[in-house]
Amino acid sequence: MSDITVNTPIGSEPRSAPITAVGPIAWLRANLFSGWLSTAVTLVIGYVLVRAVMGFVDWAFVNAIWSVPVTNGVAQTQACRELHGSGACWAVVTEKHRFMLFGTYPYEQHWRPALVCILFVALYIVSSLRRFWNWRLIPIWTVTLTAIGVLMWGGIFGLPYVPQERWGGLPITLILATFGLAFAFPLSVLVALGRRSSLPAIKVLCVLYVELIRGVPLISLLFMASVMFPLFLPEGMNIDKLLRAQIAIILFAGAYLAEVVRAGLQALPKGQYEAADAMGLSYWQKTGFIILPQALRLVIPPLVNTFIGFFKDTSLVLIIGIFDLLTAGKTAIVEPSWQGFGVEVYVFVGLIYLVFCFAMSKYSQGLEAELNRHRRR
Amino acid sequence: MSAAIETPGFIASAVRTDAPPAIVLDKVNKWFGALHVLRDVDLQVAAGERVVVCGPSGSGKSTMIRCINRLETHQEGHILVDGIELSDDVRALGAIRREVGMVFQSFNLFPHLSVLENCTLAPIWVRKMPKKDAEELAMEYLTRVKIPEQAKKYPGQLSGGQQQRVAIARALCMKPKIMLFDEPTSALDPEMIKEVLDTMVMLAGTGMTMIVVTHEMGFARTVADRVVFMDRGEVVEVGTPTQVFNDPKTDRLKLFLSQILRGH
Ligand SMILES: Nc1ncnc2c1ncn2[C@@H]1O[C@H](COP(=O)(O)OP(=O)(O)O)[C@@H](O)[C@H]1O
Ligand SMILES: [Mg+2]
Repeated sequence: MSDITVNTPIGSEPRSAPITAVGPIAWLRANLFSGWLSTAVTLVIGYVLVRAVMGFVDWAFVNAIWSVPVTNGVAQTQACRELHGSGACWAVVTEKHRFMLFGTYPYEQHWRPALVCILFVALYIVSSLRRFWNWRLIPIWTVTLTAIGVLMWGGIFGLPYVPQERWGGLPITLILATFGLAFAFPLSVLVALGRRSSLPAIKVLCVLYVELIRGVPLISLLFMASVMFPLFLPEGMNIDKLLRAQIAIILFAGAYLAEVVRAGLQALPKGQYEAADAMGLSYWQKTGFIILPQALRLVIPPLVNTFIGFFKDTSLVLIIGIFDLLTAGKTAIVEPSWQGFGVEVYVFVGLIYLVFCFAMSKYSQGLEAELNRHRRR
Repeated sequence: MSAAIETPGFIASAVRTDAPPAIVLDKVNKWFGALHVLRDVDLQVAAGERVVVCGPSGSGKSTMIRCINRLETHQEGHILVDGIELSDDVRALGAIRREVGMVFQSFNLFPHLSVLENCTLAPIWVRKMPKKDAEELAMEYLTRVKIPEQAKKYPGQLSGGQQQRVAIARALCMKPKIMLFDEPTSALDPEMIKEVLDTMVMLAGTGMTMIVVTHEMGFARTVADRVVFMDRGEVVEVGTPTQVFNDPKTDRLKLFLSQILRGH
């Protein structure tokens, strides 16, 4: 068939490389100890790393205090203070974790926001399974979000009513992030499509929206939503503060996501649009079946990057006095006996953010690999 | 061009002179900005006729056939396809695109859809065909282009020649009356050109109205009822393959022929 000659004696097995060329020892030698300079750098960095890890382990575990006695409702933090920072005072987390997680929600009703958090996580898990990527997601979301509303507000099914001002902590963060991205993402797709529209009015509108929102910091948008927005509303009409912040976040995230989506649209070869047109597909058929599936796949990494950014940016609502996870953490250490234990609280709050963001990041990597399988030969 | 097809003789002409013309271009002019790319182009293609368009690069061949299914809009003149005039009327445009299939130089298959899905998408959504029927039809055409066994694969897993044959099957699944080909073999490795040309010869045998932009002279001699030579946006010569290739009238065509022959 081919006349390329290969000098392999018939019957000879392919030999594996000598052990010194592969395996962990070879890897170490090639990457960490390939010369005297490389060896020195490896040793110095190794020393610093080991010291830092040992220091952290001492602080977080060996010298840490996990609980303190409470007399007459006041925590006795003497033992913690005597550590002078050589050990963590996790007692602040042990004592205050319910406040940090659920804010000023009535204490005996804490099971409700706890259940809400579980429902949110369940919703994320179900939505992430490709098996559910069809019409069923819509009832699933509607039912779950309704249940979340019922649980948070109460007032029916024998649940005592809890006004929105008393909500706080993790549920607020999850509500802002989930509703924010659930609305901002479709909005961003429409805006990105609108920017490429052949109708000048739509195009101008979308460009204006993106440029205006991007030119303003989120904080000022939140201020506007909380202070200025009510001035424009007719007397007596009042949209609640959380909803206003939510709208500000949706609008802000929408503008950023729209630019990410637009990049995906632009990256698609023109031939894909032409082939779809030539087959007689309508604009929405073309967009839904050909353009968006490919464009969104291309931009999964920057999309998730933006998602993660916004998950954390919801914490900015603290400046307009909404009680999200970070605000709750900050408030927990206002009490005199707990003052000075901010590091522990922020490590705890940070860990919660980390869990969610890391899960998003890992999921997107898996999704990207799976959805782009068709590119592999 | 090295893989000129060996099919002996000429595929019997299927031109139907009794029927109204499939395509009429009447004094069509088009500009890209200041660039005048189509100059007073007149052309009539009868139902069942097979026309090969050739000419130097940049002469407006692609632009002309892309005007026929309105991937490009013309600014002056009239284009009638199957009796319907092309205009801004969306309905008419939809009707025309259902009847006109197109095959591109770069295949333009949808990489995220399987071969079968590529073929069934438009029949299901544009022709409103039930999914099962569309799949049967797709398998029938994939068999005709000799790749039924690739139906479940993705375009990226196929060779260039196979991809182009899928693209032909995909267009045929819409049961078009007219097929446009824009240099369908130019992006292919030489050893794959023949399989695509064979498919097109097979198609020509079915009486399909075809406009093919190509420099494959062997193909033109085998199937073309007429050859159109374009240069700088103008239709310079029209005639049977023998007239155009063996007896060029204009210097421009003579020059062009000498150039492509030297390319062999
Ligand atoms: N979208 C476009 N915008 C501007 N100029 C174009 C465009 N498409 C083609 N042209 C120009 O129009 C002329 C004709 O192009 P084309 O029809 O592609 O020629 P051919 O297919 O014969 O090689 C060329 O000069 C080309 O550069
Ligand atoms: Mg061309």
